[in-house]
Amino acid sequence: MTVPNVFFFAALPYVAMFLFLGGTIQRYRSRGFQVSSLSSQFLEGRALFWGTVPFHFGILVVFLGHLTAFLVPRAVLAWNGDPLRLIILQVTAFSFGLSILIGLVGLMIRRFTNPRVRMVTTRMDVVLEVLLLAQVLLGLWTALHYRWGSSWFAADLSPYLWSILRGEPNIAAVSAMPWPVKLHIIGAFVIFGVFPFTRLVHLLVAPLHYLARPYQRVMWNWDRKAVRNPATPWSRARPRNT
Amino acid sequence: MVFHLDKCIGCHTCSIACKNIWTDRKGAEYQWWNNVETKPGTGYPSKWEDQDIYKGGWRRDDAGRIHLRGAGKAKGLLNIFHNPSLPTVEDYYEPFTYNYLNLIEAPAGDDQPTARPVSLITGEPIDVKMGPNWDDDLSGTPDYARNDPNFAALSPAEREAMFQLERMAFFYLPRICNHCLNPACVASCPSGAIYKRGEDGIVLINQKVCRAWRMCVTACPYKKSYYNWHSGKSEKCILCYPRIEAGYAPACMHSCVGRIRYLGVVLYDADRIQAAASAEPGELVDRQLDILMDPFDDTVIAAATANGIPDSTIKAAQDSPTYKFIKQWRMALPLHPEFRTLPMLWYVPPLLPVMASVTQTDGAQESKLHPVAKTWDDTWLYDTSTEELWGSVEQARMPLAYLASLFSAGDTAAVADRLRKLMAVRIYRRWKTVGDVSEAKMTSTLQAAGLTEQSADDIFYLTALAKFNDRFVVPPAHREQAMEMIEFTGDVKGSTGFGFREQPERGL
Repeated sequence: MTVPNVFFFAALPYVAMFLFLGGTIQRYRSRGFQVSSLSSQFLEGRALFWGTVPFHFGILVVFLGHLTAFLVPRAVLAWNGDPLRLIILQVTAFSFGLSILIGLVGLMIRRFTNPRVRMVTTRMDVVLEVLLLAQVLLGLWTALHYRWGSSWFAADLSPYLWSILRGEPNIAAVSAMPWPVKLHIIGAFVIFGVFPFTRLVHLLVAPLHYLARPYQRVMWNWDRKAVRNPATPWSRARPRNT
Repeated sequence: MVFHLDKCIGCHTCSIACKNIWTDRKGAEYQWWNNVETKPGTGYPSKWEDQDIYKGGWRRDDAGRIHLRGAGKAKGLLNIFHNPSLPTVEDYYEPFTYNYLNLIEAPAGDDQPTARPVSLITGEPIDVKMGPNWDDDLSGTPDYARNDPNFAALSPAEREAMFQLERMAFFYLPRICNHCLNPACVASCPSGAIYKRGEDGIVLINQKVCRAWRMCVTACPYKKSYYNWHSGKSEKCILCYPRIEAGYAPACMHSCVGRIRYLGVVLYDADRIQAAASAEPGELVDRQLDILMDPFDDTVIAAATANGIPDSTIKAAQDSPTYKFIKQWRMALPLHPEFRTLPMLWYVPPLLPVMASVTQTDGAQESKLHPVAKTWDDTWLYDTSTEELWGSVEQARMPLAYLASLFSAGDTAAVADRLRKLMAVRIYRRWKTVGDVSEAKMTSTLQAAGLTEQSADDIFYLTALAKFNDRFVVPPAHREQAMEMIEFTGDVKGSTGFGFREQPERGL
């Protein structure tokens, strides 16, 4: 158990968690106006399609896959019990990973070559795209060279991640991993840590509540009916401003 | 709101008033919450009326239910990563300024220094391809008028006739947000940032809740919701609500030189909005008129009071110039009712009364021309005399089918009805002031239009003589409560001012 291993796999996760939670709360409270992803589709729409669609659908599937293996490792292992199902899972995951790579490269080319999009590019956008690119490349490399990742992730890494969450990190398994896997894990922690300081925050405001609300919205800032009624306490008639 | 198109002179003062107050900011330079278009023409953004391109508004299915055409819960969320029907900056125009400093600071040289146009997005020199009002007064030109989507309603022969130089006619169409009763932008917003205010019906975007999903830009069939590329928020006309709350008319209306704009309260039955928006195509205008309530009706007054509408607002509804134009006299029509948003900006269609015919003459004019002047092969005379003082509505210079495509979802009878009233009031006034129209002619015209001398006088007054307070009847927002309409004063007690305390700048 070397010092770097302890630093990266026992300390870094907590730093990342602290930054994620503290940073998100701080950003929402002090810069709530900016909790979104600054869309540049208005400035350039066509190339964006070929970047953003493969990227987003790819990352959605791959991220949910990682999440599933983390949350219900047994179910994943049971699924992988049949070699055919294992291969289907691996091939699917790998193709969505490739889709991320294609999309991300497309997005980066667009960002760096289109003068209008460059105007709305911030330093953190570049940092994030480089981080994501490295992460995707490491992930694809891992999938190619250390086969059946879905199984060994569920068997070895899921317990490790749970041990972090429990507050007693057990880094024996992760210390034995080959270096690309280690880098991939470190990359994940770094992305997790910088999350609140990038455009990634738009994940937290994904508009799923849209499905549940009626289409039209009328707001009375001031409930005149209630206000005119002397029996209404002020605290009930106060206007909403949200 | 009512805009009287017969009076619009196309001076764009409204646009400038609005621009100077609200959209003179980075990211909003291209936005014209108020703009004035030349019709026939393509408008702004280019061809905005063509929903095959922009997929805005509502669509009625075979079962009679309405759905958002290009947005909505399923489509909006599936297309959230890339909105296929979002107009881009090219559809409006790339905002630009001029490098004026070069005129002063250019080093001495052989040539005059010039002020090159510079993009307001990138700061680089650009070749200006389009700008605000690029198609102004260009009706009849191949690039603009011929691409007007409303010409689909005309036969090829009618269309060609309109492009003849001698036959060409155009009018101005000032546009702001319609503050619809069934707003597509509100329905399309995934974040729920857009809402209609109960007090005055103004549709607003909460800038703090907006997360830049941009669905409202697609959903609004009038393209009156704009995306600010710098702040990452959508913005739209706010009907100068800070002015309205203080009892003033909105800036565009206040500054209107032609006095074409009217603002007043109209009471409506919100429970029947959905039914009105789902009406058969031919009945849309009438169903929308049906849900506008008579402010003198005792049951309406009682219902309004029971729902907390203040007496001052009901009084304003009774004095409302817009109610008279829209419902009482039925002289106004909504713009593109077939988009089914129930727009509450109504237009009195333009009569374009100047009639002219072109006839061949013996070449008498030609002899007066300078020898180097170009002459036509044929000899023509532009003749403005007609049998009648004014021709009939059916022979108007602007084909009825064209106006019907704009204002009544293709119903030419509805447009003709409005135009006949305009014509009748003119003939009535001509009889009264000049006297070269027979009384029989005057009475028959008024009767045909369904007017009386009294209503013709009222229409004439409100059209031609109306003073500021007749044109804008803004009920008090109860100034003592106006602050509370915006925010709960207890929350900001002891602090300075109210509203934004954060710069709308992006750093992340």
